[in-house]
Amino acid sequence: MAQFRQCPDTGLFFHKEAENLMKANAVAGVVCLLIGGILALLVVLTRWPAIHLLPADSFYMVLTAHGVCALIFWMIFFEMAILYFAGSTLLRSRLATPRWAWAGFVMMVIGAVMTLAAIFGGKSSVMMTSYVPMRAEPHFYLGLVIFAVGALIGCFVYLGTLVVAKNEKTYEGSVPLVTFGATVACIIAIFTIASGAEILIPTYLWSIGYISHIDPAMYRLIWWAMGHSSQQINVAAHVAVWYLIAGVIFGARPMSEKVSRAAYLLYIFFLQLASAHHLLTDPGLSVEWKLFNTSYAMYLAVLASMIHGLTVPGAIEVAQRKKGLTNGAFEWLRKAPWGNPVFSSMFISLVGFGFLGGISGVVMGTEQISIIIHNTIYVPGHFHATVVIGTTMAWMGLTYLLIPVLFRRKMIFPQAAKMQPYIFALGMSMVAVFHMAAGTLGVARRHWDMGFAGNPLGFEYPATAYLLMGIAGVGGVIGVIGGALFCIIAVGSLVFGEKLQKEAGLLQSFGVPLADSAYTNEKPARLPMAPAEAVEADHGESGFEAPGTFILAMVLLVSFVIYYFINWKYLSEVWGIS
Amino acid sequence: MADENNTDEREEDENISPWQQIIDNPFLLLFIGVAMPTVFYTLWGVMEIASIPVAPY
Repeated sequence: MAQFRQCPDTGLFFHKEAENLMKANAVAGVVCLLIGGILALLVVLTRWPAIHLLPADSFYMVLTAHGVCALIFWMIFFEMAILYFAGSTLLRSRLATPRWAWAGFVMMVIGAVMTLAAIFGGKSSVMMTSYVPMRAEPHFYLGLVIFAVGALIGCFVYLGTLVVAKNEKTYEGSVPLVTFGATVACIIAIFTIASGAEILIPTYLWSIGYISHIDPAMYRLIWWAMGHSSQQINVAAHVAVWYLIAGVIFGARPMSEKVSRAAYLLYIFFLQLASAHHLLTDPGLSVEWKLFNTSYAMYLAVLASMIHGLTVPGAIEVAQRKKGLTNGAFEWLRKAPWGNPVFSSMFISLVGFGFLGGISGVVMGTEQISIIIHNTIYVPGHFHATVVIGTTMAWMGLTYLLIPVLFRRKMIFPQAAKMQPYIFALGMSMVAVFHMAAGTLGVARRHWDMGFAGNPLGFEYPATAYLLMGIAGVGGVIGVIGGALFCIIAVGSLVFGEKLQKEAGLLQSFGVPLADSAYTNEKPARLPMAPAEAVEADHGESGFEAPGTFILAMVLLVSFVIYYFINWKYLSEVWGIS
Repeated sequence: MADENNTDEREEDENISPWQQIIDNPFLLLFIGVAMPTVFYTLWGVMEIASIPVAPY
């Protein structure tokens, strides 16, 4: 008999097995973030030209571990927690096959440890991309494969939970939008993991000598089907988290469920094709392949993100206006709960993802202008805007939400928690913006020494590039401080936070089940179908339901157009037309 | 009893548009989500790279 408990504050139902898996995955994710953050500090202090901390071999080892920990392990562990939350808690359903889910989790932990052991062994400093013919230790690849298989099991447990929920009629009508978003993330994850298996298993066999040769062009093609798609899992999942937090904090409902679901459908159709933008400068692939996958398919996925970027703040605005915050275009935003880290993390995630990550992403996905920033530090600038400001901050907001709800602990240091999202966002925005600026001046990514000291084919960057890298270094340190604060608050709350339920002991914070007294065998009431539409006609100004959001969207559009043409101007200076 | 359940189920299905019923099917979405990139990104790309003539040694 499935056991459930109901959160007295939110009314959410938690299935016992699912709850423990959510906790275990979320904690494992935060541990990976902590490791990734410590490594980030070392990377920052080395790429900061005035400090240049690590020697070359240590730098490449640390950079490899930072990429794997922060971009793969932190993200995917946390996404597993989100899948179990969206499948079980939001649908009021028991989790399908919890034992398989635990097996998947254990495999992910073993895989992560194995890969990190290979990296810190010093002979697998091949970067996260591990391009052949660079060869890592066999257990580097094997660990990633085991991790991926564990995650794949988690995805199928999630799909199984959807089937269980439907068969047991735990909800009316369609699944909620947040669960639909998680399903899209799960689908992208399955393609991602399958692509990873396609390339990492042969590469593992190559590393142990069973295969003589891996074609580098083929490797890059298939690897990026995994490498970029893994970031698209994040996009689909963090958009779902935006909708969730908007719903929880404001009682906001999507302006149009149909439009939001259609935008998610665009993700399913087109988002993964955007992997091609990593190969825009690769020989061997035709212009047709590149243009279809980027300039056609990718733009439709971008359109979907713009829709979400419009409908989430739009939904918040409509909800705020319903509460009477109708003065001017932005009273709803001014009087939003900026001191609540759940909201501030989420909203900064949304704005940062759109303005910094989104705009720069389109520039990178345009074949002609991509070439002026390809393989420069512009690229890390871009993806720190998407996966750190965008995804990581959304995860942080969700963590603040779940500390009392899931872990049944009161958050420690509430004043520090209010400041944390701003400190982290300030630092990471500096990293993103100044890396992009330095990249525009041509500063190479993944390079230990931008001064090329002792190199016979050195290159002298302008002094501005050194200044920009220094400012990015300052931003990186601020970002690490913000990240450390998050880890202290999150982990500290699980250990030292006041118990909101007597059964919530120390071990229970880390995945050990609560005592049986916390649960009942009673099946939760069926989740009712949401009312058809959230928007009413009499809100807003000038005929708009959400005029403030419309203005913000126009600012984004104008910023995008200006920045896009600035890059064409840069390109024209590279290749003068006479 | 079983008839009542079936009737409820039918009524519920009738309240959901056919389009919505299609996109409510996670396995259909999974098929589309895997088939699209497999065809347009992976297979097309593999065919292009595989058709590059090998340089003479």
